Amino acid sequence: MKKSLLNKVAGLGLVLMLSATALAGCGSSKAPEGQGGESASGTAATGTLAKIKERDKFVVGVKYDLNLFGLKDPGTGNVEGFDIDIAKAIAKKVLGDENKIELKEVTSKTRIPMLKNGEIDAIIATMTVTEERKKEVDFSDIYFTAGQALLVKNDSPINGLADLKKGMKVLSAKGSTSAKNIREKAPDVEVLEFENYAEAFTALKAGQGDALTTDNALLYGMSKQDSNYRVTEETFTEEPYGIAINKGDAEFVKTVNDLLKELKENGEYDKIYEKWIGEKPKK
Amino acid sequence: MIDMSILFDHWDLFLQGFGNTLKASLLALVGSFVLGTIIAIFRIAPMRPLNWLGTAYVEFIRNIPLLLIVFLFFLGLPAVGVRLEPFVAGTLGLTVYTAAFIAETIRAGIQAVPIGQTEAARSSGLTYIETMRYIILPQAIKVVIPPMGNQFINLVKNSSVLGVIAGLDLMYFGDLISADTFVTFDVYIIVGIFYLILTLPLSLLVGYLERYLAKGR
Repeated sequence: MKKSLLNKVAGLGLVLMLSATALAGCGSSKAPEGQGGESASGTAATGTLAKIKERDKFVVGVKYDLNLFGLKDPGTGNVEGFDIDIAKAIAKKVLGDENKIELKEVTSKTRIPMLKNGEIDAIIATMTVTEERKKEVDFSDIYFTAGQALLVKNDSPINGLADLKKGMKVLSAKGSTSAKNIREKAPDVEVLEFENYAEAFTALKAGQGDALTTDNALLYGMSKQDSNYRVTEETFTEEPYGIAINKGDAEFVKTVNDLLKELKENGEYDKIYEKWIGEKPKK
Repeated sequence: MIDMSILFDHWDLFLQGFGNTLKASLLALVGSFVLGTIIAIFRIAPMRPLNWLGTAYVEFIRNIPLLLIVFLFFLGLPAVGVRLEPFVAGTLGLTVYTAAFIAETIRAGIQAVPIGQTEAARSSGLTYIETMRYIILPQAIKVVIPPMGNQFINLVKNSSVLGVIAGLDLMYFGDLISADTFVTFDVYIIVGIFYLILTLPLSLLVGYLERYLAKGR
């Protein structure tokens, strides 16, 4: 009895820690990466495409702890999400079978070193394309544009920044860039910051604010949890996600870009988008 | 050394937080004193149902964490249609929580006055209320002042719970400034000094009252 309670407490602690890392991962897009840069050998010389075909398996780095994009189901052990479906599409194109993939867990910190030392063929892990990162890796075309948005009640009149009026309360997490951004962009509203996004969401549900703001990738997860809330379409910052590939491997970049174009043209992309985000992508 | 430029750069936020902490403390102090006195009277009044009520309040409230009570006011009340501002919810929670301790302090003070005093007063023809007013309370107050001072000092420090529900108090702005500047240690030292500005005079006042009242013995 006592032991099972202890296990539960430990489990809860673990879950909290994991979600904390998930949130931290989202906020640290500007953290210095590529500490493993020195160990990079010229793996690109052989060509990723040839490597994948020889191995008959596409090895891809994804996140395991981010709802909707890459989340490991603790029950089944399966990793599922937007990023995983994109990876499957690549495997299908290159190897003819979407199940010929091997997923490896990456974090915002480990992903570039792992790509560079050849452990993974590509990174599909909500990775924002930045100039700094372009020095380390090559990016495919953008496959998802995340950005800061608002989470509001379904019947709320708020649809974007312009609807935020003086006296309204917007909730966020203490010390987040989202809180800073909203103060700049909507100086009239009152911004209330909570310990984390879970608490801010609870406060929103209790009617203690008019909207909650952070990256829409996180907000979609919340609105999936509670369908009484929706994510506003307008985003007021831009975080374009790209697929990272070893520097200099133009051949593989082209393969991936062709595929992305294909997926968008044949409607497959819209299907994946709708499956995870719950709505059609904006054109 | 502490980087004092942090204090001057964010002077307005510190001041706003300090003002709100002071306001919350004063309101909760008066509120919890009044509520605590009523509960104490309930506990010792010669009426069983009132005793039960008073005991239930004290045992229920003082045995759950302050943070939970504040969450109840902030997140729980909206479920029944009452929506309170973070500051109001926090101050109310603080008042309700502290009142339980004040009640116990006052009850202990009253019961410290020997029962013979009540018996003598009642046999002289004073009513229960008169006995309380003229005989018991003036003696009880002297016993009560030091522990009461403790409760009020605790109250000021406990007001930092407002920071968790965005109550715009000193702790809340301390959190924001430290997250913003990454200068954690210095910010919290400044926050600590602001709390001392409130609690030290309170400590001195309690000490003074203690000595002043002791003369009358």
